[in-house]
Amino acid sequence: MGSLASLVLADARFPGGGHVHSGGLEEAVARGLVTGLEDLEPFLRGRLRTAGLVGAAFAAAAARVAGAGGPGDAGAAQAPPDAACATQAAGAAGFWAELDAELDARTPSAAQRDASRAQGRGTLRAVRAAWPSPVIDELVAVHPRPHHPLLAGAVVGLAGGSPAEAAECVGYLAVSGPASAAVRLLGLDPFAVNAALVRLGPDLDDVVATAAGAAHGPPADLPAPSAPVLDLMAQAHVHHHREQVRLFVS
Amino acid sequence: MPPASNRAVRIGIGGPVGSGKTALVAALARSLGGRVRLAVVTNDIYTTEDADFLRRNAVLDADRVEAVQTGCCPHTAIRDDITANLDAIETLEERFGDLELVLVESGGDNLTAVFSRGLVDRQIFVVDVAGGDKVPRKGGPGVTTADLLVINKTDLAPLVGADLDVMRSDAHRMRGELPVIAQSLVEDPAAADVGAWVLAQVAAVAQPVG
Repeated sequence: MGSLASLVLADARFPGGGHVHSGGLEEAVARGLVTGLEDLEPFLRGRLRTAGLVGAAFAAAAARVAGAGGPGDAGAAQAPPDAACATQAAGAAGFWAELDAELDARTPSAAQRDASRAQGRGTLRAVRAAWPSPVIDELVAVHPRPHHPLLAGAVVGLAGGSPAEAAECVGYLAVSGPASAAVRLLGLDPFAVNAALVRLGPDLDDVVATAAGAAHGPPADLPAPSAPVLDLMAQAHVHHHREQVRLFVS
Repeated sequence: MPPASNRAVRIGIGGPVGSGKTALVAALARSLGGRVRLAVVTNDIYTTEDADFLRRNAVLDADRVEAVQTGCCPHTAIRDDITANLDAIETLEERFGDLELVLVESGGDNLTAVFSRGLVDRQIFVVDVAGGDKVPRKGGPGVTTADLLVINKTDLAPLVGADLDVMRSDAHRMRGELPVIAQSLVEDPAAADVGAWVLAQVAAVAQPVG
């Protein structure tokens, strides 16, 4: 059952507002940094290894806890001793708040934090209709606009999916959105772009293994790779939208 | 589906590029702004020039207009994934609290684009005589199913060789009982007929019969 949730969330037809985000690709195109397939592929690989890994790891952690009935329940009991103590002491709100704060801390660009929360808010509407749960209510009680990886991971976990499935879903979305934006903005051959996405398979496998492995430890130890150029371009995207036209939100 | 009692009535305005959607929204905002508590969501490519246009013409306060970026897919944003538009509407409702009407203007698209019923309560499809007098006969869901079809820029008909009678009769033939309004904002800058239709919809949707 978990695999259906992760397939639905990763589907480009999923009505969660993801299609208006390019993950920095529009800014990269506007600056001439991505002009075709040759430079799209390294852009996607870099994004997967950084922002993609962070999102995947937080989705995996959220799936582990949500799958066990929420942080106030058996999730803590299944965790290793350190994490169990921390989460039991903090309770449901405390655990989600900790994940939320840790993800904020790994996202130095305000524009990227806002893009993540915008996609979380958008996804929430569809989640409430399809997967209503008190666990989702606990997550949203911490922040009305939850980070997208936390919400997506929680849904996969609720539906019975594994942390690895949640990581694969969110890691894939970190590159499938920008790849689709590249087709629209640059008029690239969609077959070639799709093949480039598939060539990222081994990288995605690595990301999933790292993310799923980290999901069982305390949130503070989740991976924290950074991509300063993506951070700067996310800020520049918002700035340029005020002066010129930007077709995507991020 | 009747709206929740605590939200504004939502009317979508769609149609091809250049058919006069923005001009119609501006006319409605000007003529209805004093009578209903109104806000606008625009899906058009949004530049400071558009905002300046609204300010210069004092159509609406700038904070009553929310712009949606559609990621190059204007039809997706009003039909398949309406999330960005719902977020914009809810932002306006949170900002003003007591809105009665939200006009949602789509980005210019083709004849197949329609609004999701999950986004709007009623929809207007705008075509214009300069787009060719065979447009109503071509049909498509916009022309055939919109709650109101507006044939715009009628003053241009003699200049572009468009036969208004053909457009009207084709439109009625394609649409059955659904209404058609032919108008020229040059001759009627207030868009009086469309404005009256909009007010009737606001009353009907806000207090559904039965």
